[in-house]
Amino acid sequence: MQGLVTFIQQFINGLSLGSVYALMALGYTMVYGIAKMLNFAHGDIIMVGAYTVSVVCSILGMSPIFAVLASAVVCTTLGVTIEKIAYKPLRSASPLAVLITAIGVSYFLQSVALLIFGSNAKKVPPVVSLNSIRVANIDLSGVALVIIGVTVLIMICLSLFINCTKVGKAMLAVSEDKGAAELMGINVNATISLTFAIGSALAAVAGVLFVSSYGYVDPYTGALPGIKAFVAAVLGGIGSIPGAMLGGIILGVIESLSKAYISTNLADAIVFGVLIVVLLVKPTGILGKKKITKV
Amino acid sequence: MKNKKNIVYAIIAVVIFIVLFALVNAGVLSRKYEGLLVPIGVNVILAVSLNLIVGFLGELSLGHAGFMSVGAYAGCLFTVHSNLPVMVELPIAFVIGGLAAAIFGLIIGIPALRLKGDYLAIVTLGFGEIIRSVFNSLDILGGSGGLKGIDKSSNYIMAYVLAVITVLVIANLINSKHGRAIKSIRDNVIAAESVGVNVVYYKILAFVLSAFFAGIAGVLYGHNLAILKPATFDFNKSIEILVMVVLGGMGSIPGSIIAAVILTVLPEAMRSLADYRMLFYAVALIVMMLFSSNPALVEFRQRLFGKKKRGGK
Amino acid sequence: MKLNRILALLTAGLMTVSFAGCGDSNAGSDAAEGGTFKIGGIGPLTGDAASYGTSVKNGAQIAVDEINAAGGANGIQLELLFEDDECDEEKSVNAYNTLMDKGAQAIVGATTSGCSIAVSAASVNDGVLQITPSGSAADCTKTDNAFRICFTDPLQGETMAQYITDKGFKNVAVIYNNGDEYSKGIHDAFSAKFTELGGTVVTDESFTTGDVDFNTQLTKIKSSGADCIFLPIYYTEVAYITDQAAALGISLPYFGCDGWDGVIKQLNGDTTNINGATFLTPFISTDSDPKIQNFVETYKTSYNAEPDQFAADGYDAVYAIKLAIEKAGDTANEALIAAMTQITVDGLTGEMTFDASGEPTKSAKVAVIQDGAYTAE
Repeated sequence: MQGLVTFIQQFINGLSLGSVYALMALGYTMVYGIAKMLNFAHGDIIMVGAYTVSVVCSILGMSPIFAVLASAVVCTTLGVTIEKIAYKPLRSASPLAVLITAIGVSYFLQSVALLIFGSNAKKVPPVVSLNSIRVANIDLSGVALVIIGVTVLIMICLSLFINCTKVGKAMLAVSEDKGAAELMGINVNATISLTFAIGSALAAVAGVLFVSSYGYVDPYTGALPGIKAFVAAVLGGIGSIPGAMLGGIILGVIESLSKAYISTNLADAIVFGVLIVVLLVKPTGILGKKKITKV
Repeated sequence: MKNKKNIVYAIIAVVIFIVLFALVNAGVLSRKYEGLLVPIGVNVILAVSLNLIVGFLGELSLGHAGFMSVGAYAGCLFTVHSNLPVMVELPIAFVIGGLAAAIFGLIIGIPALRLKGDYLAIVTLGFGEIIRSVFNSLDILGGSGGLKGIDKSSNYIMAYVLAVITVLVIANLINSKHGRAIKSIRDNVIAAESVGVNVVYYKILAFVLSAFFAGIAGVLYGHNLAILKPATFDFNKSIEILVMVVLGGMGSIPGSIIAAVILTVLPEAMRSLADYRMLFYAVALIVMMLFSSNPALVEFRQRLFGKKKRGGK
Repeated sequence: MKLNRILALLTAGLMTVSFAGCGDSNAGSDAAEGGTFKIGGIGPLTGDAASYGTSVKNGAQIAVDEINAAGGANGIQLELLFEDDECDEEKSVNAYNTLMDKGAQAIVGATTSGCSIAVSAASVNDGVLQITPSGSAADCTKTDNAFRICFTDPLQGETMAQYITDKGFKNVAVIYNNGDEYSKGIHDAFSAKFTELGGTVVTDESFTTGDVDFNTQLTKIKSSGADCIFLPIYYTEVAYITDQAAALGISLPYFGCDGWDGVIKQLNGDTTNINGATFLTPFISTDSDPKIQNFVETYKTSYNAEPDQFAADGYDAVYAIKLAIEKAGDTANEALIAAMTQITVDGLTGEMTFDASGEPTKSAKVAVIQDGAYTAE
């Protein structure tokens, strides 16, 4: 009985970790699906979002609601600016050139944060704070529930937005074929900028929920979870919105269970091992389509 | 014709070596730059060998640091436990390191037959991370503290010779029948297959050869620092090598060499910027990428240097 | 196309060379001043370990300023040159070479173990005195020219095992950082000694650098029947772990190591979850010793931050060099290294002497966290 309770608890730990990955993975998959580029700086935009909360709440002493808004505004502006300066000039260059530029942007954001805030992790007051719910000896963390809820909500909204609105359809068209989309009168540049704006706003949400759940932010906060989230997006089938959700959850659960029952030392190795096996069986990820129809 | 070309390359290699030798022995180079010669050699080998996969085969690999670490650990483990004289020990270590890495190149080459593009990239990334976390947990390899007690026995001459060998082998391969087969896979797999190119063989050949040289670079790296830590060979190291390849131009060996030299020297040359160093490095990276890949800027540069615009890409 | 790329790269190369030019001309003017003793410091100032190097740098700078204000070492003024190594072995050797170009006569560094080992493999050929403030791995002092200020990991692990046993705890849960040599070193020695003393390590959990979610490990601990938790890790992760443990309803007593120093600041002074936590440390910033209070005061005014153990180690390393210069009456490398075993440093991290193998002999203090402050036991 005790074993079962522990197992369920560990599974829930995995779900809450996975929901954080899923939320971050949505941003990766969104930008990748439409702009066909791997926005390496996504994790660092999440970090900026988290710092914004920290500055607004701790230093300026404003309310958490305002912090969330500020974070969304800062991240969206940042995302669009980065796109204008660093990615747009390379639209016709090779995808790898853009990837390296994105890495440059990632380094840039990290070093700016390091210069401004220093290297020590800063404690951030929780924006969302809920007591954990206790059911039959199992703890359900309140923040984790909020994160799961928000992630599902965002997933549904994004799917609806992309499939049912005119702008969303324009995004799909751009994703399918930029040239043809342009001929059909779609403003490709504006569409891609909008994609970045949405992606960065998602990063802001992820940043806010990330610090609510873990409580601290440092200049490298976004780096490692960013990579994990990217892996989650690929596992689920990059470009697929439900795939990002599924990939994130699976990644979190595997990580948690292998830490609990196999080895904490080898948890990362196991996670990547599963990823490789899944990709070998299904080369475009779990929900990825063979004929790649993105988003 | 080809032999002539090789002779020219050989002469260039010798001339560069003489210049280098003179610079070092006349004490013109400061300690800092002299100390950078081996890392430059290591990075040139890494960049040129990765270019074989990324530039010529056309597959994205984010696990080059993994190959490097396998070679480094295999070679250094050998020298730590053997009592042979350095001049006998080191060449054997290079071969062992290269072969160990090549075996892993074979293993990772197989998924490459099934996966493409970003999916293959993520598998290679995963492979690198698996190796790192396994090395982290193996106490026989020193665990997270790293493998210690390695002799600091490599020197710039060794690094130079190995770099030249790597460049010659890969350049000759590329210009041979095999190289054309590899490039044809990059340009169009189906067309290549239909004219009888053995895609399986050449993909694996590229991975194995690339891993072999990465392994050698690892051995050289280990014997320059006297310590190997698993944390060094993380995902960022793979990215660092990839940056050299992309910046130098995919499929350009001279480009890889120059980019490897610049990206090794640049962070060190910017030491006087103190706290702002990483910031400037990031900016330099973005600017260099824009400068080398943005169509408008490329055209501007061509006008600036009075070059005729060439058709196509 | 290819040629163009090469031209672009060459332009970038020229930029590099011009950067290099500035760097070297600075070095020239520095060397021309003369009459000073140059101490080269090495540690991470950027990257995710930046806080350690920054602390060592600041602590060492305070020592240098103090010594100079008091007339120098044997009348010789000291000068601190500090180079970043990003906690990367290759970069630390580059940093060392840069310092030697600038004329460094003794090295305070490197800050972390791996870098320290890589630097000593290079510095032994120059025979220059190297004192690592905080490189705690056994191999850091392997070469004849290398000394250290901090405790070694095994020593700390064993001392804590003894201490926890003496407190009457039999079943301990451990969480350590498998990606960090310091943490793993303490953990390994601790486990061996604790078992030897008759205790049991009931859950032995690890994580890797960069992890922020410890719920899985804590859930295991919760059901393991442990009566205390030993965390041989740095304060950043301590903050994450103790916060998450509290959320899971775990309230076991905590024990730590010297990496805990700084945890109160990290928690913004809120120590509700870790009241009564005990850790070994050579340095407690609230110690009433006037020497320490002076240092803490200066540090706060100069850098607007609370000094940690790294800062104290850096400070003591500079004082060790000063005493070695005075003892030797000379600044030659051999004389300084020979003098190291004859000095007694009455430092912030305790009174210490050094043996010929480079190890310090000093006693540890036990710090207890009570109501938002460290108190010496």
